[in-house]
Amino acid sequence: MIKEKYVGYLKRLWWLAVLPLSGCKWALLDPKGQVGIDAKSLIITATVLMLIVVIPVIVLTLYFAWKYRATNTEAVFMPKWAHSTSIEVVVWLIPCVIIVFLGILTWKTTHHLDPYRPLDHEKTPITVEVVSLDWKWLFIYPEQKIATVNELAFPANTPVNFKITSDTVMNSFFIPQLGSQIYSMAGMETKLHLIANEPGSFAGISANYSGAGFTGMAFTAIATPTDADFDAWVAKVRASSKILDADSYKALAEPSQKHPVEYFSAVRPNLFAAIVHQYMGSKKIPVSDEPAPNEGMKMGEKMDMNHMDMSSHSAAEE
Amino acid sequence: MFGKLTLDAIPFHEPILLFTFAAVALGGLVVVAGLTYFRKWGYLWTEWLTSVDHKKIGVMYITVAIVMLLRGFADAIMMRSQQALATGGAAGYLPPEHYDQIFTAHGTIMIIFMAMPFMIGLMNIAVPLQIGARDVAFPFLNSLSFWLFVSGVILINLSLFVGEFGRTGWVAYPPLSGIAYSPGVGVDYYIWALQLSGIGTTLTGINFLVTVFKMRAPGMKLMQMPIFTWTCTFANILIAASFPILTAALGLLTLDRYLDFHFFTNEAGGNAMMYINLFWAWGHPEVYILVLPAFGVFSEVISTFTGKRLFGYAAMVWASAAITVLGFVVWLHHFFTMGSGANVNAFFGIATMIISIPTGVKLFNWLFTMYRGRLRFTTPVLWTIGFMVTFSIGGMTGVLLAVPGADFVLHNSLFLIAHFHNTIIGGAVFGYLAGFVFWFPKAFGFTLNEKWGKAAFWFWCSGFYVAFMPLYVLGFMGMTRRLNHTDNPEWTPWLYVAFVGAVLILCGILCQLIQLYVSIRDRKQNLDLTGDPWNGHTLEWSTSSPPPFYNFAQLPTVHDIDSFTDMKEKGIAYQRPEKYTAIHMPKNTSAGVFMGGFATVMGFALIWHIWWLAAVGLLGLFASLLSRAFDNDVDYYVQPDEIERIETAHLAHIKQA
Repeated sequence: MIKEKYVGYLKRLWWLAVLPLSGCKWALLDPKGQVGIDAKSLIITATVLMLIVVIPVIVLTLYFAWKYRATNTEAVFMPKWAHSTSIEVVVWLIPCVIIVFLGILTWKTTHHLDPYRPLDHEKTPITVEVVSLDWKWLFIYPEQKIATVNELAFPANTPVNFKITSDTVMNSFFIPQLGSQIYSMAGMETKLHLIANEPGSFAGISANYSGAGFTGMAFTAIATPTDADFDAWVAKVRASSKILDADSYKALAEPSQKHPVEYFSAVRPNLFAAIVHQYMGSKKIPVSDEPAPNEGMKMGEKMDMNHMDMSSHSAAEE
Repeated sequence: MFGKLTLDAIPFHEPILLFTFAAVALGGLVVVAGLTYFRKWGYLWTEWLTSVDHKKIGVMYITVAIVMLLRGFADAIMMRSQQALATGGAAGYLPPEHYDQIFTAHGTIMIIFMAMPFMIGLMNIAVPLQIGARDVAFPFLNSLSFWLFVSGVILINLSLFVGEFGRTGWVAYPPLSGIAYSPGVGVDYYIWALQLSGIGTTLTGINFLVTVFKMRAPGMKLMQMPIFTWTCTFANILIAASFPILTAALGLLTLDRYLDFHFFTNEAGGNAMMYINLFWAWGHPEVYILVLPAFGVFSEVISTFTGKRLFGYAAMVWASAAITVLGFVVWLHHFFTMGSGANVNAFFGIATMIISIPTGVKLFNWLFTMYRGRLRFTTPVLWTIGFMVTFSIGGMTGVLLAVPGADFVLHNSLFLIAHFHNTIIGGAVFGYLAGFVFWFPKAFGFTLNEKWGKAAFWFWCSGFYVAFMPLYVLGFMGMTRRLNHTDNPEWTPWLYVAFVGAVLILCGILCQLIQLYVSIRDRKQNLDLTGDPWNGHTLEWSTSSPPPFYNFAQLPTVHDIDSFTDMKEKGIAYQRPEKYTAIHMPKNTSAGVFMGGFATVMGFALIWHIWWLAAVGLLGLFASLLSRAFDNDVDYYVQPDEIERIETAHLAHIKQA
């Protein structure tokens, strides 16, 4: 009887059994893109480096606390001993050495994993312009002249250049399994370079709280197996009857929660630039079908001082 | 007439809030009735509320901090239960408009209205005693600081029942916190609650800096100050240098919201990134303000309960100094993902990890203080050892987040949440709770119950691990912070475990409340007659518990870092001076209470755009200030016969013990 009772208790704790099994589903430790793979190995290297000092500290803490407990009168007691130059040198030196190694690693990887750095790859990258709205993601394909909402597709093994802005509060564009995230900010353009090393569908999120509908601000990033599959996807989007002009953009920009996937077969030219440039003057210029006066010039060529775009290394790009 | 304030502002439709309000109202009624029945209003007013005695102000700070801990924890357990319930497509019980207020309030309360007053309370109780002073440099200013802090507390709690609180997260980034996206009064409550208490904190920082620089006992060199006093001094330097940044940033945000300025919104050339920079230029030093004094507590505890001198005192001081300076050049690590260049990110990343060097040295120094000591496993020691283990982990995850390449995938994830709770709970809060047990007998004259104290530690410590280790995992699983509900079956079990952890911490808090009750009930058995219950090293233990209002009948002369140990060894502790001389002391004043009260009125009126009332508040504030400024009757002399009577009684107690 008692045994059955305990079995009953154990059964209620079924979910504990799931914990170790779910190890392989840890998005950041199961990356599908080169950036994510590099981030994962960086996390592991840095953690191991630090464990060299953290584990001994924890072990020594517990060991000293036990060994020098008050009841252990056999241990040496030196109440006035409070300085030892050699110990001091060692305790400053150990963390210094670790930090020198970690610092070098940081310097190198920060440049290597800089989200603004175009990826080294023989294939021509494709460009996607990303706009965060309340509370959905708009993806504009300037080369294909199409747009989608909450669904993003690109061929696997092809670098993707993201240009990112916001037409609402700040969000963060993040596909955990592919790697780095970057903020989206109104009136500014940020950049991110990602690649999928294998085909698949990956969860995409906003990683910066942006108000009531934030939780539902999810999208799917599809890495298609081949270029032909990507072209098929583009054709599917082009088959949509909807187009994204100033009016339909205005309607889209209205707050909505858990917005369904939407396809637009055509996009107003330079829509992304018009969204970024809304604040160029002292008054807000809403997106319209008329090109704004300073539109059409290359992004970043001439910027209002108050209006820096965040590319501090634009020369190396494009 | 009443600005934006209408009856609709009172959330009658929210059962959770109505229940809370009923509980608070009932509790308030019991307190009022009790005070009236026992005729304690006069005592409360003259002995506590109007007091300028640093010890009483310290006790009041910690009392409010504990109340706010309960409030902030209620928010925490609601968040954990919401996330545990709202999985697999379920909505949970907190809709976004409520949930978003809760996590905003939780962060704001725990940092500004729980951790800060707890730290300032301990500093108030211990620092003047540790340096052998009779009070702080500006006793009235100290009272004013406290009452400005209380006005912030009143405003943030009012937001529960009148109107709403911000839904922006505790950082209140524009444009979300701007008037266009947050048109309600929630952000205004946030602004004025932080603004008023922040000004109080700035005044505290200045006050205590002057105190330690000008009022140390004869003979005490700077490099002989007790280590807790040192770490508080560095915290005060950080306060004086960083809180004005918060004041300015909030001031600019106020102009944006009230007068259509655009410092932080894109129209007219504003830029939200400026706010984010200013916020963290305060916010990062702020975490060192919280944790440095906790480091000081651990140093005192470990050297007291091993019966040893602190290992590497000078290294400890210089390590704290290094942390203080470096704490100001790392703020950008809060937003590597904003898109600064690699050089900028690498600079701030490396600067951040350099902080781990002095922090690591501190850990080693605590280790070597235990080495060849005789460690008594009292409650404060348990907190200290729990801290050393936990903080090592939190420090490691912090350095990991400081590597920009890693931060790009960990930023804003639950990994980050786990990290900062790891350092703030496992660092700052453990330290305050250790300090609470350590100095409680000094403040009240009896020790706290050890059994319940140890139970509280084990619940808190295990609860911390059960609640936050799953969050590290969830961060690796790609779960970001502030989600209202989730739909990923892989995450669900971990969210359950985290909730269990929150319940364990709740048990820890309950143990502490029971500990207080049991200790007060049994206080007669646990009296601290000598004033030195732990065989302490520093001057606060040389006077009675609780100390006389003038702290020291005769100012001690200091020859050593562990000055009281030095006196005990030379046999000159508890020596009766040849004769007592009159002591110059400040008089109590109600000016602080009135200024805090008028500041509250002004803040409330500004939140609701009741302009005439705001003018009344402001005028009242100035009138109280002027009446205090022109009051010349602010001090008096304690006569030698009164001192002799008090001291004779104390010396008799010591003989008895």
